[in-house]
Amino acid sequence: MTRLDRRNVLHQGSALAALAACGLLGTASARAAVDSAAFEIKTLADALKALGGAVADSKDVVITAPDIAENGAVVPVAVTSNLPKTQEIYILVEKNPSPLTAAFVLHEGSDSFVSTRVKMGQSTNVVAVVKADGKLYSATKETKVTLGGCGG
Amino acid sequence: MADPMRIRAQVKDGMTDVRVLMAHVMETGQRKDAAGKTIPGHFITDVTAKHGERTVLTAKWGPAISQNPFLQFRFKGAKAGDKVSINWVDNKGDKRTDEATIT
Repeated sequence: MTRLDRRNVLHQGSALAALAACGLLGTASARAAVDSAAFEIKTLADALKALGGAVADSKDVVITAPDIAENGAVVPVAVTSNLPKTQEIYILVEKNPSPLTAAFVLHEGSDSFVSTRVKMGQSTNVVAVVKADGKLYSATKETKVTLGGCGG
Repeated sequence: MADPMRIRAQVKDGMTDVRVLMAHVMETGQRKDAAGKTIPGHFITDVTAKHGERTVLTAKWGPAISQNPFLQFRFKGAKAGDKVSINWVDNKGDKRTDEATIT
């Protein structure tokens, strides 16, 4: 009996997940400014262009990344924006095979802060780009990697 | 289906802090195996976070996010006892949704 119950629950769970995913996917692609092609761009300059061109350095964008990362496969990166009307946050790693790493779209009520972990192939600049009120602002932080996270 | 996510959501002074640990290989598609063949990429491309029915964060990821991705974000307007659900989809079409109660 318990077995059956468990199976039922699991079954319903997966059906729900599938349903949610369909709905969610629609909103995600509609809201996010970049498509998956942007994640295949090879240079930082081109990646920034794909985000919308003119990027201004700003002190209101705060990027938190280590000075020295022992393991390039797991580099914690956090981005905080103090700009009003922050809409989107991007994380780019300059010397990775494709610099664009993550794009976050904030919705109403979200704090302009995200934190995640990225891979870095070598010592390079980590660039945070924030879209606020339709304009792009950035902050750069150099992180040295003692052991690369790509290749193998 | 992939392993469940670990989600911790805590509300403090009206701001809900959510930490998610997903279980995923996040294979870049750049690595080669012992025989020199490229290992095909397998990584999460889309993440959506919801508070009840309200979407609070959507993300698009490339393969350079670390294995077993960690994500932390904050949002307003939730109270203890509310549900937060996180959904991801990877480039092979695999997906997973998990839910946690805000404490």
